[in-house]
Amino acid sequence: MTPVEKTIGNVANFVDERLGAAGWVKKSLNKVFPDHWSFMLGEVCMYSFVILLLSGTFLTFWFDPSQRDVIYNGVYEPLKGLKMSAAYASTLDISFEVRGGLLMRQIHHWAANIFMAAIVAHLLRVFFTGAFRKPREFNWILGILLLTLGLVEGLFGYSLPDDLLSGTGLRITSAIIQALPIVGTYISFFLFGGAFPGTGFIPRIFTLHILIIPGIFLAVITIHVMLVWYQKHTQFPGVGRTEKNVVGHPILPVYMAKAGGFFFVVFGVIAFLSAVASINPIWLYGPYTPGQISAGSQPDWYMGWLDGLVRMSPPLETHAFGHTISWNILIPALIVPGIVFTGMALYPFIESWITGDKREHHLLDRPRNVPNRTALGVMSITFVMVALINGGNDILATNFHLSINQIMWFSRIGILVLPPIAFVITKRLCLSLQRADRDLLLHGSETGRLLRLPHGEFVEVHEPISAEKAFLLQSHEQPAALELSDVDSRGVRRPGGIKNKVQRRLSKAHAVSVPKVSEQELKEIEHH
Amino acid sequence: MKRLSRYRRHKAAGPFILIFALLAIGTTFSVASATVKQAPTTFARSAAIDEGKQIFLKGCSSCHGLNAEGGSIAPSLIGVGAASVDFQVGTGRMPMADMSQQAMRKKPVYNAEQTAALAAYVASLAPGPAIPDDSVLNYERDGNTAQGGELFRNNCAMCHNFAGQGGALTQGKYAPTLMGVEPKYIYEALITGPQSMPVFSDKTITPAEKLSLIKWIKSAEAEPNLGGATMGRIGPVTEGLLAWILGIGLLIGIAVWLTTRAR
Repeated sequence: MTPVEKTIGNVANFVDERLGAAGWVKKSLNKVFPDHWSFMLGEVCMYSFVILLLSGTFLTFWFDPSQRDVIYNGVYEPLKGLKMSAAYASTLDISFEVRGGLLMRQIHHWAANIFMAAIVAHLLRVFFTGAFRKPREFNWILGILLLTLGLVEGLFGYSLPDDLLSGTGLRITSAIIQALPIVGTYISFFLFGGAFPGTGFIPRIFTLHILIIPGIFLAVITIHVMLVWYQKHTQFPGVGRTEKNVVGHPILPVYMAKAGGFFFVVFGVIAFLSAVASINPIWLYGPYTPGQISAGSQPDWYMGWLDGLVRMSPPLETHAFGHTISWNILIPALIVPGIVFTGMALYPFIESWITGDKREHHLLDRPRNVPNRTALGVMSITFVMVALINGGNDILATNFHLSINQIMWFSRIGILVLPPIAFVITKRLCLSLQRADRDLLLHGSETGRLLRLPHGEFVEVHEPISAEKAFLLQSHEQPAALELSDVDSRGVRRPGGIKNKVQRRLSKAHAVSVPKVSEQELKEIEHH
Repeated sequence: MKRLSRYRRHKAAGPFILIFALLAIGTTFSVASATVKQAPTTFARSAAIDEGKQIFLKGCSSCHGLNAEGGSIAPSLIGVGAASVDFQVGTGRMPMADMSQQAMRKKPVYNAEQTAALAAYVASLAPGPAIPDDSVLNYERDGNTAQGGELFRNNCAMCHNFAGQGGALTQGKYAPTLMGVEPKYIYEALITGPQSMPVFSDKTITPAEKLSLIKWIKSAEAEPNLGGATMGRIGPVTEGLLAWILGIGLLIGIAVWLTTRAR
């Protein structure tokens, strides 16, 4: 033993004798993580969150969260001598006078965009592979909570500089809050400290943005990651992988090296973007005044689909008992997102109700093997994409010489028609892929080599696929639809008839699949 | 002098001086007015009007009518003034290439001389806003960038976007980009209100403020790319696109590479 090793050993022993940490550390370091690129999307979220915390802290050193009027006298000529809020002036100072300030601002904003994009990508991976199934439903709900928090945190973040664009966003936010029947006006007055714009919202949003929401974020992310740790990571099916084991690399050294290195990769990509591409150039927008607005005012992309929904909604209003109910805001900005987010959060329970499957699942589904779920996912993506496209309708109209009215009508019709079409197409595609898998198992893979038989017939030579691949193609389950009869064992009609019928119909639709190759069929092939 | 002063009490002295004074003033006036009026210019102008009329009859009258009275597809040009013609023809918007939504900026069909002739002809029909003189357009000296920016955000940004990049209007109409537009045309657009644009009269925005606006637009044009690539200066749409394509795209690519097993 070298002296260094001896010293380390002594320190470790000192700690262990007092904390008894050796057992835990040993267990933890031997923790195994499965390897797949899509499992790293969650890491992208976590690392960009760390970058957000660090760059955000830097920005707070100079940002002045106040709506007090100041006369700008900084270095940016086109705004010199204008009256603006201290928040806007200090953001200009961060951009132009603080060393590295503009780069930090851009890192913070790009990291936010990447953070939200990574959350969505991570969510899609979890959804399409069925990783949300028992026992991970709770973690799925926490994920939805993080997504929602991210939306709000992002909105508050780009509202803080108090430039023309952020003020426009807040104006819409206050309008959406006011669209809540009866309580809306009160909530808006409470939030903004009076009529919009008031003087209170920048300091309030600042506290929410840098203290309260990040605090909740940290807590929820910790639970989210601890649950992954405790429940272990899911894995894709394959030879030697079962519901009872996890196949992958232990946390030390390979996984740790990869994950640690990946942090710097994420940081590198964000820093690269921030160095070469401008984001939220607030000095061009000018200070916020309620009387001003710019053409093409858009929120950041993750709010864009909500903006698109509001933009496409027809002008519906009702007046009753001295109250105006703005359905044109209420439906697209509150009711539809409410349904979308609640539906997403409850989906694990809905699916388990449909399939009647209450077992634990640690092996992931290949998306094609659960056509209904995959089709539902693509349908939801289509819905959001149509809304997102309409969110940028003015930008599309000017850049592609289209009519904004036509884009709006395309979206109004498309938002209802395209998602069901996407559902049907995806489901058929999944079934076709299942059929292709079946063919591959039964006939092997095509080699592209043609043989001419003595009697003139041409045949293509097929080669049998590898054992691993064959295992993958037939290892999945194909649960049958639920058998739910309308009458009980004594022939008496069961209560909840409609509920039963709905469950039976859904279960039947969910179980549609191309029968996978059975053992019997495989044996027959071997005899050939 | 003494000889002259001898006659100062003469009976004819008064009338003589009166006649002398009248003659002096008359001569001075006629000489002075002759230099201002410039008889040959009147001739040139009427020649320009004639030439303009010929161009108008060939190139414009099929839509705007033989006497510029307008028709079902084109407005009357009586009283639109020289500034309007200079803007529409000088920026290539007129004659129109396609009649769909609105006249778009393109390579001018007529040269400067022909445009001036057309403007003179239309201006001769009825009074209207004149082409601003170069001496009026000294925005570098008379404009104020910060004030121009404030005016721009108050009056222009809602259609032309915060950085003058243009924006969408209804039914395929649009507010064009203001980048690379000559100061003269910006000024003319303000006083004549082409296409969907309102007229900003000298009462709404004073000539001095118009110069500030032009100065701000020119400074926006020359604005350095302070934060890196601008991606069109059209707000968060292109930023989101880049975050997904370059940001997440690159990260997924690297994740795939990291999880590939070494062979």
